[in-house]
Amino acid sequence: MKGLHRAAVVTGIGVVAPGGVGRKAFWQLLIDGRTATRRITFFDPAPFRSQIAAEVDIDMAAAGLSPQEIARTDRFVQFAMIAADEAVTDSGLDLNSGNGVDHDRLAVSLGSAVGATMRLEQEYVDVSDGGRQWLVDPAYGSHFLDRVLQPSSGAAELAARFHAHGPTSLMSTGCTSGIDAVGHGLQLIEDGEADIVIAGAADAPISPISVACFDAIRATSSRNDDPQTASRPFDATRDGFVMGEGSAVLILEEEHHARARGAHVYARIGGFANRSNAFHMTGLRPDGAEMSIAIDEALRQARLAPDQVDYVNAHGSGTKQNDRHETAAVRRSLGEHAYRTPMSSIKSMVGHSLGAIGSIEVAACALAIRYGVVPPTANLETPDPDCDLDYVPKTARDMPIDVAVSVGSGFGGFQSAIVLTGHDRIAS
Amino acid sequence: MSRAVVTGLGVVAPSGVGVAAHWESLQANESRITPLPGDRARTYGVTGAGQVPGFRAADHVDERLLIQTDRWTWFSLAAVQLAMDDAGFDPGDQDPYAVSVSLAAASGGNEFGQREMTSLYTRGPRAVTAYQSIAWFYAASTGQVSIRHGFKGSSSVLVTEGAGGLDSLGHARRVIRRGTAAVLAGGTEAGLSPYALACQAAGGRLSAGGYAPFDTGASGFVPGEGGAVLLVQDADRLGRHDDTVVYGEIAGYAATHDATHDVTAGPDHEAGSQLTRAMRLALSDAGVSAEEVDLVIADAAGLPDWDRLEIRALQEVFGHRSSPVPVAAPQALVGRMGAGGSALAAATALLCIRHGFLPAVGNLHEPITAPGLELVRRPRPQPVQTVLVNARGLGGFNSCLVLRRYRPEESHE
Repeated sequence: MKGLHRAAVVTGIGVVAPGGVGRKAFWQLLIDGRTATRRITFFDPAPFRSQIAAEVDIDMAAAGLSPQEIARTDRFVQFAMIAADEAVTDSGLDLNSGNGVDHDRLAVSLGSAVGATMRLEQEYVDVSDGGRQWLVDPAYGSHFLDRVLQPSSGAAELAARFHAHGPTSLMSTGCTSGIDAVGHGLQLIEDGEADIVIAGAADAPISPISVACFDAIRATSSRNDDPQTASRPFDATRDGFVMGEGSAVLILEEEHHARARGAHVYARIGGFANRSNAFHMTGLRPDGAEMSIAIDEALRQARLAPDQVDYVNAHGSGTKQNDRHETAAVRRSLGEHAYRTPMSSIKSMVGHSLGAIGSIEVAACALAIRYGVVPPTANLETPDPDCDLDYVPKTARDMPIDVAVSVGSGFGGFQSAIVLTGHDRIAS
Repeated sequence: MSRAVVTGLGVVAPSGVGVAAHWESLQANESRITPLPGDRARTYGVTGAGQVPGFRAADHVDERLLIQTDRWTWFSLAAVQLAMDDAGFDPGDQDPYAVSVSLAAASGGNEFGQREMTSLYTRGPRAVTAYQSIAWFYAASTGQVSIRHGFKGSSSVLVTEGAGGLDSLGHARRVIRRGTAAVLAGGTEAGLSPYALACQAAGGRLSAGGYAPFDTGASGFVPGEGGAVLLVQDADRLGRHDDTVVYGEIAGYAATHDATHDVTAGPDHEAGSQLTRAMRLALSDAGVSAEEVDLVIADAAGLPDWDRLEIRALQEVFGHRSSPVPVAAPQALVGRMGAGGSALAAATALLCIRHGFLPAVGNLHEPITAPGLELVRRPRPQPVQTVLVNARGLGGFNSCLVLRRYRPEESHE
């Protein structure tokens, strides 16, 4: 570790997001500025305050999963497996033949905020007889309930799928899980514990208990008469986030390892930091201090000055307080440069998939660097005087991006920032 | 490179609340498994469980927070306070950004979640309380600890089932090496509420006859609740207070994964070799030879095939020693408690270093054959400098931690 700096680059990306499965469909949705939010179809949302979500339309078997893989796993694990398959294929790594890859140095870092909550709830209905039996009857539950109870089963599935014998874990820091899992993967490479990390996150929270608990704190949008425009970060009329689901998985690779095999490189992970606000489980102090400190530290690791940032991928959940909070944080870190830096929220299009979205947003940053396009903030019609930065309203913007920062903020007070840099800096 | 040392232990476990009670229980070597209330034991096919005795949440958590949090978080809040008290560590004296919270979790706020789902399905969405959104998820305890004490450093929540306690301690060392002064690591678990217990029972790993690892009669494990939180500090920044007593150093850590698709049976041949590899990596990371290890606290799952694999892995690592390595598993007396169990094993290891003590394999009556290893039958005083702790998590996680008596003059550079 000492004296020998090990850098991590992204050599593969897989995405399962609302509006289209796969990296290409995801990116097309973003640059078109389309939204995938709609009235909930998974169950009858009529009794709920918020009746909107960004759901993924997917046939798990058609996407490559076997009947047993589907039977033993929750939807969040299924998303992760499908996204990981795409990422591994994209990377060009052959993880099945045993050629050329040291599986002892292949690690897994998966993030998830709520793990197998959907299946936990579905099975609970049966074992409790619709909530009537406190002393639930396990005879009505599946054999795999103990794996459902442990969200780590998602990380274990990925390790088994790709024969990863290196460090494997699930990171669960609420809505920063996705950034933190990728950051953890970066640290495994920096510290010499792995050469390749299958890193990302997945969540599938669109179930009655999750919708009800966010109803109870009025965190989600109740714009039920207009679901397509309900997620409107930074807009003066925003009224909360829209729940989403999905996964993104990235192949992180030690830079020399990637170069040696001639891998295509999307971007380098330049730095990662997280801090806690120690303030409130759901509330945010308006000054954004801790998020700002995380941004500063991530830039420091990447040896970049604040005015070198080309693009900020916002947390942009669309709650009143979040969007003010992070606007303040970015102003605090980038100073005057904040006003010249595009900052957009893809949650306006794919919703807020809790822990998964952090990794989906890191994937979006890597693609933004690759294609030289800033995804827009959809549905931003009415500026909010408290949110006075350039949020790239409605239309994607072509521009070269060499440095992208993605930020996240989560229940528990967690604030995370990650820096991705493009080819110019990789070459130097 | 910064050295990570443990200066405080906070135990909330079936062995007692507080490190003194836990130490007494190690010496007493008596089972702390007690009957479960109501019909739970019969319904879920267990004889009893390791339950935290005499835990009064109100002694540790204020009333406002009590209603917002699960029992699992009460344990965490209590264990954190106990660890800080044990070290004489005052949160108010710290740079808030220099203290991190890194508590592992395996299953979250189980009882709270079950109660809220009961409300949802019997009374409708509006009966779900505002606190469900912050009490059930896996980061709840870490977040609440950070808020309660004002700790603003990097937080993490590693989920690797039973290996999580060791992974969080390995991560604590990583955080300290990156410049943080202190980390609260370890974890607690509270999975004895009906639905969580039913989930555990579904896997068929729970024993109806008791938890007797490495015994010919091993038939699974007994579930437990609780765990431990350890205060880990950068040795260079301890200051020169005479009252800062160092339990030991996190000298080595490694994690591997079995990566097996076999989800119905126990670990296969591959798993044995991955546990071996994790032990060797951790020893090598610590710069310690197998000969230098004074005690192994085994994972000791209590499942015959898991036990055989661990014995074989231990023989591969330690079989060539001049004397058999002592192997202990006091957790058989308190039950298996997810991420909390491996955190408690680390706390136990540090007490053994401090007091010069070998704990026993709990409930060992007819040991399986284990040539080259000493399965400790009765606890005894004996000097301990170096301990290897093993932990495995359902699904193929192997983690190993090497704890050593702290010698300030040594350098690992």
